[in-house]
Amino acid sequence: MTVSPLEFSAKSRRWGAWYVTEHKIRQMRGFAGTLIATAIGTPILYLFAFGIGLATLISGNVGPVAGVTYLEFVAPALLASAAVLVAVEEYTFGILLGLKWNATYVGMNASPITARQIVDGTMLFVVLRMFVSTTIYYLIMVAFGAVDSAWGLLTIPAGMLGGFAFAPVAAYAATIEEDRGQFAILQRVVILPLTLFSGTVFPLTQLPVFLQWIGWVSPLWHASELGRQFVYGPTEPIWLTVIHVVYLAVLGVIGWQLCARNVARRLNK
Amino acid sequence: MPAPVITATDLTKKYKDFAAVDGISFEVAPGESFGLLGPNGAGKSTTMRMVGAVSTRTSGDLRILGLDPDEHGPAIRSQLGVVPQQDNLDTELRVRDNLLVYGRYFGLPHSQVAKRADELLEFAQLSDRAKAKVDDLSGGMKRRLTIARALINDPRILLLDEPTTGLDPQARHILWDRLFRLKERGTTLVLTTHYMDEAEQLCDRLVVVDKGRIMAEGRPAALIREHSSREVLEVRFGSDRNEGAAATLAGVGDRLEVLPDRILVYAQSGEEALVEVTKRGLEPITSLVRRSSLEDVFLRLTGRTLVE
Repeated sequence: MTVSPLEFSAKSRRWGAWYVTEHKIRQMRGFAGTLIATAIGTPILYLFAFGIGLATLISGNVGPVAGVTYLEFVAPALLASAAVLVAVEEYTFGILLGLKWNATYVGMNASPITARQIVDGTMLFVVLRMFVSTTIYYLIMVAFGAVDSAWGLLTIPAGMLGGFAFAPVAAYAATIEEDRGQFAILQRVVILPLTLFSGTVFPLTQLPVFLQWIGWVSPLWHASELGRQFVYGPTEPIWLTVIHVVYLAVLGVIGWQLCARNVARRLNK
Repeated sequence: MPAPVITATDLTKKYKDFAAVDGISFEVAPGESFGLLGPNGAGKSTTMRMVGAVSTRTSGDLRILGLDPDEHGPAIRSQLGVVPQQDNLDTELRVRDNLLVYGRYFGLPHSQVAKRADELLEFAQLSDRAKAKVDDLSGGMKRRLTIARALINDPRILLLDEPTTGLDPQARHILWDRLFRLKERGTTLVLTTHYMDEAEQLCDRLVVVDKGRIMAEGRPAALIREHSSREVLEVRFGSDRNEGAAATLAGVGDRLEVLPDRILVYAQSGEEALVEVTKRGLEPITSLVRRSSLEDVFLRLTGRTLVE
């Protein structure tokens, strides 16, 4: 007896995005060792270099609140940048890998999986990867003594939200036909300056006023400030905290939707 | 006659002003092995993408398993197996894992996918390579793995876009053998090719396509009978002398075709035509008598050869 196509595809319609995530998790197993070593090694190095090393040169107050150590100030921002790093890697190379270099998206789309499910599944995978990285980061922050309240746990979702806010990068990556080093330019001209001028290792207010706008548009600044509220805050009015969350979520959702549209255009032209 | 599994009527695909597929119509019956024969750029792959329900048509009508791909893409794709022109295996996964992740896309449970993956590795003669990296496979093995992957959902129609392009002769024969077994089991095959021998071996029926249009349709043998003579005599006189020799050959056989490197003489009997050639005082450097093929049909219909 033959099953009707509509019946046959019902499960894929509901679970398709998850199957894509499953595929990506399986892909990751091949280099799980490297990923875990990086996820553990990076926070140790950074927290040691900035929170302990650089901190010895810093005297006096760094934040608007007395008694906040430099380690406490810098740690939530470093956690957020780790999430951004993971997200941007997947939003650039991950997307173009699937569309072009190792065209797995084309293969997926030949099955009942739709372009939207491919993007949804990829986004979910990025969330999971960020979750693993930021959780490890958080545990190491605790070990370094950079957190002293249970509220600090919320730096994990704050950092992940910061990474998600870079989803427009994925939408852009989905439009790239020829690789002419666009990602390297993106890293150096956009991501790196954002990291340096987003109040990551020093407060945004230390910058000349005419440069502070960089922080205001930078998802990393919003994510770092959000994380700081949970580690030693609140240091800002509640409306500003709400703006951080809304700004990051809106950017992320816009990028995600545009990415789904661009991938569909490319796969189904 | 059972209802066709594919019905295309005036199917057209335009990219801006360029019509990649320009109003083609055909039907494929269940269990049939149907081919699209034509040179590169004839619109074969574009047609396959529309039949595969991943590319939307510009106009005309298309029904796959009775459904409109514009509305029921995922449902149609759930019952297709697709072997694309370019292998898109996941090179980051091992051989068997490629089948496992792909089976999941059809909503099959893990246990069932695992069982099916082992059967298909057996069928594709890749059981001993189950744990190998995809990149370590030869071109023929990758192709067989792609076919195994396309069969993971036990599809009702298998679409193969240029299945043996780029493979060496031995690898091609192994692949043909596998496809022939599928055909014997009753799987509907739709394949594109620019190799006339492949079309003759595998297709019950085919359409000859050129520049997005269908030039002829029928069974390979019938097409040859209809559009070509029984035999062909191929004679070579050297690059600069073919044209001159052709003038002297006028009237030999049913028809002449002058190509840059040789002259084809279409005749009932190639041997008799060769006798006539020597009678006219010409001495070809090489001569060859063969049966007419689909290549000759294509040449007759379009004035061009299939592989250029």
